[in-house]
Amino acid sequence: MNLKITHFVIFITIGFLTSCSESPKKLIQIEGKQIPIDTSYAETDSINDYIKPYRNRINEVLDSTLAYATHKISKEDGLYNTSAGNLIADIIKIQANPIFKSRTGNNIDFVLLNHGGIRSIISKGAVTARTAYEVMPFENTIVVVELNGKSILDLVQYLINTKRAHPISGAQVILSKNNKLKTLNIQGKPFDNTKTYFVATSNYLVNGGDNMGFFKDGLNVSETDYKIRNAIIDYFKKVDTLSPKVDNRYYKIK
Amino acid sequence: MNRRKFITNTSATSAFVGLGGLTLGSCSQDKPTKITILHTNDVHSHIDPFPSDHSDFPNLGGLARRATLVDNIRKENPNTLLFDAGDIFQGTPYFNFFGGELEFKLMNMLKYDAATLGNHDFDNGVEGLLAQIPNAKFDLLSANYNFSNTTLDGYTKPYKTYTLNNLKIGVYGIGIELKGLVTKRLYKETEYLNPFEIATDIETQLKEVEKCDLIICLSHLGYEYANEQKPDDLTLASKTKHTDLIIGGHTHTFLEKPTVVKNAIDRDILVNQVGCFGINLGRVDFYFDGATNTQSQGVSIKV
Repeated sequence: MNLKITHFVIFITIGFLTSCSESPKKLIQIEGKQIPIDTSYAETDSINDYIKPYRNRINEVLDSTLAYATHKISKEDGLYNTSAGNLIADIIKIQANPIFKSRTGNNIDFVLLNHGGIRSIISKGAVTARTAYEVMPFENTIVVVELNGKSILDLVQYLINTKRAHPISGAQVILSKNNKLKTLNIQGKPFDNTKTYFVATSNYLVNGGDNMGFFKDGLNVSETDYKIRNAIIDYFKKVDTLSPKVDNRYYKIK
Repeated sequence: MNRRKFITNTSATSAFVGLGGLTLGSCSQDKPTKITILHTNDVHSHIDPFPSDHSDFPNLGGLARRATLVDNIRKENPNTLLFDAGDIFQGTPYFNFFGGELEFKLMNMLKYDAATLGNHDFDNGVEGLLAQIPNAKFDLLSANYNFSNTTLDGYTKPYKTYTLNNLKIGVYGIGIELKGLVTKRLYKETEYLNPFEIATDIETQLKEVEKCDLIICLSHLGYEYANEQKPDDLTLASKTKHTDLIIGGHTHTFLEKPTVVKNAIDRDILVNQVGCFGINLGRVDFYFDGATNTQSQGVSIKV
């Protein structure tokens, strides 16, 4: 029996030395996979309980009614201008102009956005901050670019070429039957190609989004640091009802 | 020394062999040591699961479910590490309202070990990120951003090592060029350094100085680009010598399984990325044999 114990002690000592300390461990096999996180996994209650107050706070803020829409507001209800496009472009002008004017002394002449940037309809009924997140999920900010006459004409040519209802506010563009520029009014006055104009838009478009190359020729670029979504929310808080219409700010003569 | 022969020669009784077997098991000869690496990327503040009427990801994702899955895996294998490859922030009102606080606190609750930085993690600027760092109990790993001239200086590490069951695991972070992706006003004086040069320097240090048994890169470069000038994970993999796994992000690439890539010394390594929004959890198991006379030459990869 004594002999056996001795053997055992020697055995584990050498065992430890050889396998744990001296021999390097060698990578022999790798297995990899992706595991979809689906309903087969129960939710951990402690995590859910921790999230709950944050979730409730967001819902409270996002879902409280700020205004009412008198009808469905969509970017598909007009050919060259739409109720949703007009609403958002008008909001940018109304909300950003006081900021821009206080910083520079200048007024925003008009607004140009992109049709694709409006991401959702506004349903008839209660309008909430969540609505603004749906319409404008991106963190884009309002930027004002000073453009010369030639760049303004490039901008109009872009509108003609893309044949989309890119939202505008503060300008009127009328196209002839054969798709040529017939009338361009800015701030109610005929376009003057010797002047420069202050165009409010999104930082996304100024940085080359939607191929609006004419913004690259901007003489001055002012970042307002005002998020488009926040401008929309601030406007919703200010007004009681939203009832934007398709109008004659941009159309083609039939 | 051939340990199997030694056992046979010295074991006087069968009881002896049984005891010996136990000792050996704990020293990992007969049973290989398994290291489990779990990972996410581009979760983008998706804390709640997607609703059942979502057109792309109905009923998928959610932190509370991910917690259950991670917990199950940790119970199965305590030698588990959990990482994120960046873009933790931005994508739901949780970020707009709370600036990333909840994302970090929940990652603590899931016991994340480390994360690297994605471009969207700068969406509230270096100050916005700095403000959330006290909420993170895990490390932020970034080797190729030089934060010396920013307020983030000293709050990130290029790499970190972990020792699990006698195995040393080195993990480093690599980020994407911020210029053009993030406005300068947000990333300020953060300097972007060549990801390939930094990765090969750090992996060499992890191998030769830190003597790591396993080396993992958390990368937010993106999986693959048609533009060859733009660094991506597949190219990074082909330029490294010691990295065993690249956990990627940024491109929201849903891989069916990890990609096997030949590295600079013709060894097969893995690049993995699990899409985005916490839809999937990536899992890579590494098996190590402690024996000197191991029969298998090379590594078998099952994906």
